[in-house]
Amino acid sequence: MKKGSFNDEAARMTGIPLAEAPVTLEMRGVTKAFGPVVALANGTIALEAGRIHALVGENGAGKSTMVKTIAGVYQPDSGTLELRGEPVVFAGTAESKAAGISVIYQEPTLFPDLTVAENIYIGRQPRNRLGFIDRPAMRREAAELFARLGVPIDPDRVAEGLSIADQQIIEIAKAISLEARVLVMDEPTAALSGVEVDRLFAVARSLRDQGAAILFISHRFDEVFALCDSITVMRDGAYIATHDADSITVDELVHEMVGRDISALFPKEEAEIGDVVLSVEGLSRAGVFSDISFEVRAGEIVGLAGLVGAGRTEVARAVFGVDRYDTGSVTMAGTPLRAHSPKAAIEAGMAFVPEDRRKQGLVMDLSVTKNTALTLRHQLARFGLISGRAERSAAEDWSKRLQVKTGSQSLAVSTLSGGNQQKVVLAKWLATKPKFLIVDEPTRGIDVGTKSEVHRLISELAGQGIAVLMISSELPEVMGMADRILVMHEGTISGRFDRADATAEAILHAASTDAEVAA
Amino acid sequence: MTRVAETATPSPVRPRASRPALRGLSRTFVSREFSVFAALAILLIVTTIANPRFLSPQGTKDLLLNSAIFVVMAVGEALVIITRNVDLSVGSILGLTAFSTGATYNAFPHMPVIGIFVIGVVLGAILGAVNGLIVTAAKVPALVITLGTLYIYRGINNAWAGSTQYFIGNDPPEFGNLSVASVLGLPLLALIALVITVVFALYLFGSRSGRDLYAIGSDPVAAQLFGIKVTRRVIGAFVASGALSGLAGVLYASRFNSVGADTGTGYELQIVAAVVVGGVAIFGGSGTVVGAAIGAVLLTTMTGALAALNVSKFWQQAIVGILIIAAILITKLISLRNAKKLRVSEAKDV
Repeated sequence: MKKGSFNDEAARMTGIPLAEAPVTLEMRGVTKAFGPVVALANGTIALEAGRIHALVGENGAGKSTMVKTIAGVYQPDSGTLELRGEPVVFAGTAESKAAGISVIYQEPTLFPDLTVAENIYIGRQPRNRLGFIDRPAMRREAAELFARLGVPIDPDRVAEGLSIADQQIIEIAKAISLEARVLVMDEPTAALSGVEVDRLFAVARSLRDQGAAILFISHRFDEVFALCDSITVMRDGAYIATHDADSITVDELVHEMVGRDISALFPKEEAEIGDVVLSVEGLSRAGVFSDISFEVRAGEIVGLAGLVGAGRTEVARAVFGVDRYDTGSVTMAGTPLRAHSPKAAIEAGMAFVPEDRRKQGLVMDLSVTKNTALTLRHQLARFGLISGRAERSAAEDWSKRLQVKTGSQSLAVSTLSGGNQQKVVLAKWLATKPKFLIVDEPTRGIDVGTKSEVHRLISELAGQGIAVLMISSELPEVMGMADRILVMHEGTISGRFDRADATAEAILHAASTDAEVAA
Repeated sequence: MTRVAETATPSPVRPRASRPALRGLSRTFVSREFSVFAALAILLIVTTIANPRFLSPQGTKDLLLNSAIFVVMAVGEALVIITRNVDLSVGSILGLTAFSTGATYNAFPHMPVIGIFVIGVVLGAILGAVNGLIVTAAKVPALVITLGTLYIYRGINNAWAGSTQYFIGNDPPEFGNLSVASVLGLPLLALIALVITVVFALYLFGSRSGRDLYAIGSDPVAAQLFGIKVTRRVIGAFVASGALSGLAGVLYASRFNSVGADTGTGYELQIVAAVVVGGVAIFGGSGTVVGAAIGAVLLTTMTGALAALNVSKFWQQAIVGILIIAAILITKLISLRNAKKLRVSEAKDV
């Protein structure tokens, strides 16, 4: 908080939007290593005022390291960072912020115990003549910000319990109030639904039009092309190329990101469709979903599409017995399943790979071995004790088959990349030799290369005669992978398609309408 | 998933009813402190009915004097706990400063009273700074570090004191008189505790660095990313806690007749208990020093009241334990209720 006039509080507090002066942030040849691991080999990018710049690359390409270097969390080992033509070195996040750079991290970083207004103004709250925090002024300014952003968030509520989307809006409000000239958004849309993404984009565009330089990181190509003016590709910690968004195609981009051709992103192989494995009849739960009926056959992948909040995960959880249902039945291979008993479901040969692998799928601090063997405890145990050797060999077998990339089986799962974590979750369940597998958003937040590996795996499993129910919000994934597609809307199945006659338009239509609503 | 029937409001964006929410918030703010305060009031009323002499002028004075030292320490501890740390060395710091007060008077019998206070507070601040520096540098939970310094400071006290006891309660008389003096009808010690509570309450509520403490306790990682000076603030909280314990040590020497090797042993848990009972979340981020101060008064009163009610000394501790758990459950209940209220108000706004 030492330098310069643009840190002048009075100016900041006026709430005037971004300054007119075009700002360019330029990073050239920045390297950053952690011990022997080079996270960033050549960080190069140029952000221009009034443009939205996308940064794409697989997980582990060095995007987050680059963001953290811009933010001042890391200091570069070599290379230069220039702000408006002048070299800068940020010793900490406070300095980059004072220089007009705001970063919105993947996981919003709000203080749950503080009010929304205080979250925006913490550390620079308006003060009255006595030097005390002027809460009415702070509240007023926050309310004005939200009015300008067009979102109804109460500045006086505590941040705890806000939706991710609202949290992100607050982060943006913070950036605006800081008069950020450079706004970095690290995968802001990963947890947002369609409407929320639109709202975020509208805000980002208006910031751009006011002269901000924006860096946008996303794994979703449609978003990148819809929002961004230029695109920079990174691979293995190094800069590859920068393109104008309208002069490159998705295929070319993918090619640059992975450095190899991925001919088919979604390779579902033909598998022999066998008998009905799972059959769900008239499943209902008041207020959540109603009258859900479907079957999944051996070797078949059934895609469950729909918008976020349509009730897909809730149905899956009820089928697996985690949640209760009011009426209906779940039958596995002809035998009715006891309701509300995951234990019965597992014994009948069901496996469930949940959506939030960090919270539900993995014990992040345990090793790869322990996580993989978690579901095998009963099989492996002798006299109630688990032998470390049996655990290791069972786990190694599976991680080898799934090509989990880890330095050692004894490393904590939290050190793996998202894609490899997902493989560990899969390995954990596959080790139980299931007959029916539920995967919920199997490739969320996973880079393109690993994504196709996950797809290949799921496809292979189907080939081995496992029945698969795949919940996915990504249309190409559903259409490429599934033999049949069910679409849910507000708790009911609103469309059923065979692979042959499924079109994106038809699925989207079913996902966004059922009977009366059409807005 | 629950859809509230929508009344057709043509909805230009409006901030969600800001005033009622504000009231709701201040209600939360008040209700934690209020529930402790209510417990204190009930305790006083019940005890006075059973034993009218409990709140006689002398009884009241004793109560205030006994509370004062705990209140001073609880305020400091609250600052530390709000940052998601804890200071277990406060009892040892009190012991060391109390003994050093005795030793100073022994060596320099004509030391002015103000000098004694400066020495105590500075010594306490240094010991607190040691805590803060180790905690922030080693990035190890404060629980472990201050458990260590609890023994280290106590060990120094033991080695220094041996079997020596200083009796300074009346010698020099102007120092001993501090603990019996009254200003405006209030015992001086109680007044000191009150002033300290008010000063730190204003600091936490109304200053930027005070709010930083809440932010740090609420989410330390986010605070770091946000550019809050986490290290400096945490060290500051430990220094304040140490300084206040040092002050408490001087007050202790004035109030009680003798100081020695084991002065203040076991205080740390009583102080942490007072802070938690006073509504400061043990994992930081919320609570106030006013609550902590009331918590300290409540626990002190409890001891006196149970004695006045002829409850066996053995049961007193069990009752304190029940109080701690009740305080935590109340806090939890309040936050659950608020979360529910927020959900409902949001559903209405959709």
